Amino acid sequence: MEINWRDYDSGEFYDELISSPGHPRKVARQLAKHLAGLSHEEIAERKHSAELAIKTMGISFTVYSEAGNIDRAWPFDIIPRVIAHKEWLQTEKGLIQRLQALNCFIDDIYNEQKILKDKVLPAELLTDSANFRPECVGMKPALGVWAHICGSDLIRDNDGRFYVLEDNLRVPSGVSYMLENRKVTKRIFPELFENHNILPVTEYPSQLFDTLAAISPRPLEFPEIVVLTPGIYNSAYFEHSYLAQQMGVELVEGSDLVVEDDHVFMRTINGLARVDVIYRRIDDLFLDPQMFNPDSVLGVPGLMRAWLKGNVAIANAPGAGVADDKVIYTYVPQMIKYYLGEDPILPNVPSYLCVDKKQRDYVLENLDKLVVKPANESGGYGMLIGPQASKKEREEFAARIKAQPRNYMAQPLISLSTTPIIGSKNAEPRHIDLRPFVLQGRNSSVTAGGLTRVAMRKGSYVVNSSQGGGSQDTWVVVEEDK
Amino acid sequence: MLSRVAERIYWMGRYMERCENAARLINVNTKLLLDLPRGVSVGWGTLIEIMGLDDYFSRDTQNADERSVMRFMLADTGNPSSLLSSMANARENARITREIMPSEVYELINDTYWYLNDFASSAVARRERHLLLESVIQRVQQFTGMLAGCMSQNDAYSFIRLGRNLERADMTSRIVDVGASRILPKAIEDNSINEPYSNILWMSVLRSLSGYQMYRQHVLDRVNADDVVMFLFQDALFPRAVEHCLSELTDCFSKLPNSDHAMHEVAALRRQLKGADFEALMQSGLHDYIDTVQSEIGEIHQAIATTWFLPQVQVSA
Repeated sequence: MEINWRDYDSGEFYDELISSPGHPRKVARQLAKHLAGLSHEEIAERKHSAELAIKTMGISFTVYSEAGNIDRAWPFDIIPRVIAHKEWLQTEKGLIQRLQALNCFIDDIYNEQKILKDKVLPAELLTDSANFRPECVGMKPALGVWAHICGSDLIRDNDGRFYVLEDNLRVPSGVSYMLENRKVTKRIFPELFENHNILPVTEYPSQLFDTLAAISPRPLEFPEIVVLTPGIYNSAYFEHSYLAQQMGVELVEGSDLVVEDDHVFMRTINGLARVDVIYRRIDDLFLDPQMFNPDSVLGVPGLMRAWLKGNVAIANAPGAGVADDKVIYTYVPQMIKYYLGEDPILPNVPSYLCVDKKQRDYVLENLDKLVVKPANESGGYGMLIGPQASKKEREEFAARIKAQPRNYMAQPLISLSTTPIIGSKNAEPRHIDLRPFVLQGRNSSVTAGGLTRVAMRKGSYVVNSSQGGGSQDTWVVVEEDK
Repeated sequence: MLSRVAERIYWMGRYMERCENAARLINVNTKLLLDLPRGVSVGWGTLIEIMGLDDYFSRDTQNADERSVMRFMLADTGNPSSLLSSMANARENARITREIMPSEVYELINDTYWYLNDFASSAVARRERHLLLESVIQRVQQFTGMLAGCMSQNDAYSFIRLGRNLERADMTSRIVDVGASRILPKAIEDNSINEPYSNILWMSVLRSLSGYQMYRQHVLDRVNADDVVMFLFQDALFPRAVEHCLSELTDCFSKLPNSDHAMHEVAALRRQLKGADFEALMQSGLHDYIDTVQSEIGEIHQAIATTWFLPQVQVSA
């Protein structure tokens, strides 16, 4: 295939690269021109070398299936997705503002609960939250920060604006793929990096290290930081291992750790070694069988006691997931006003709460137009996409909503923006979203761009890698004033 | 360094080395074939016995033909020590320890795994097989070289070296066993033409260990069974000789904490090898002696495992 932008049409959807057939956006003009100049053989060759690079670099993720877990090569499209730097600066501010408000909220919820007393958030929403951990009440983590790492999902509607779709505060993944996507693109399109002013993404691992070091109970220059993984069969194991490597810290499993006298140690060839900070990539309920799920073999007995006594830091803090709830999400704009006294820079996607009778009735009457989401699921599981669902599926969902209204919220089907991927005959538009990663410790930072996830099937809105999504390198490009 | 990681990286070192040595072992037979008179065949099944894999081979090893033995040794995933299985195990262990090695090392292992996965089963014919085996040997050498050239000589490096040298000592003893174990048909052994073919056999053994030149420089005599066996067991300088591998273990142990137990085990075996009378053993039964050496090597492995992989931890009640 060769790329001909005149025959590329994303229809009603906002396209990231091409504003109308034959007309690339200003920020993508050079890129579009370069791509259109490649011959069929050149495109095939680059596609092939990207696949090869991914295979030899061992970039993979695991898919759970009935036939066992399969380690799959990371699906990647070679065309980069481009964002203008000017626009990104504003988005970055919005993300930092959001995470600051969320951290104020979590700290408030586990301590004074002012937001409930002031009736900005209905108290019953909290008592019914599956991710609220009474065990954490009264805890004061270092710097007042509970969620040190946040992956927010941004989408762009037809109006061209970014909206926040959700905030992932538990164990958000994807940042390693963002870093590896860039490496692959540099291998296959080195010439593009000479002609574009693209913000680098490589800072993330050292920023993450600094964020974690800042919360160490022992104020050391290089505290003992570990990445806690559920193990090699976890879908994000590649990322756990990658981040440990990039930060130069140990990657541990629960069985490598032991708690003595309320301090955490790891088993090493020299004996036991004290651990200061745990970047955990396992869910709250598996952290400590003494406090949560007693059957968990992934966790460490006594870990929560050590944390509550302040002898070890855990990121994200246990209980931080209380703000990672699709119902609580709808209150984030109010939180920003309440805690920071600012106007939200980034808008939420309009949402309807099923727990509210009026809104629930609206949702039930308009199921064919809405996307219904369970409050506490991630990875795109358990969703109803109304316009694409059968009558039977909608009826089943209506029954579920009536039975457990607190567990559901609905949003209009936002038209995700599109961006070109390599198709069979020409570049073809596919829907995408964007997951930037935000860090908050002594300072706040945001990745330059983030992970662009692509729904590889034509017309599909499902971008999750666990359900056939792919990805592209994401460029934040500084335009030179001419 | 985490005990679990030490264990994994040690096994990665072992499996990589096992791959290379399995390739060399198969090469003994293949090279030998080229020098034997027409119509004389070698015992392919012996390879399986020497690797201690009889239990995984579904048929009688003594009557096994070249093709099925090769399929079993190269690409059979039911055989835990086939080339493909060893590389899959090396890769799995490397996947868990990749954060402590230079990233090119993992890429090399991963690439070699895919290479074997794609080609091992079609390399049963001799010509393709030769290319595949040579390539595996080269890739493992590249792996070793990359580590020597790019990896800090820290504890992790010591554990890879331990794995490599322990496995190599074991495999060299097995390769000697191939030479000693009547791989040549009885007809030739009983015959007066035994002598020249026996020397051809030992030359193949040396060549398969890339040790022919080193042997000639060291021994200064033409190839003969006794000297080759002594060279491969007792030489202190040839990197694939058992004594040399054991001296590497001693060196690694001296760099690690709490190594007394393991030091004692390796010292005992080195003492025993130095005192062994190989000329007498060649007459009375080298094979049994090699078996005891292999079980001593197993003891050293046990000492490594109990010292570093399963540290005694007091857990408060």
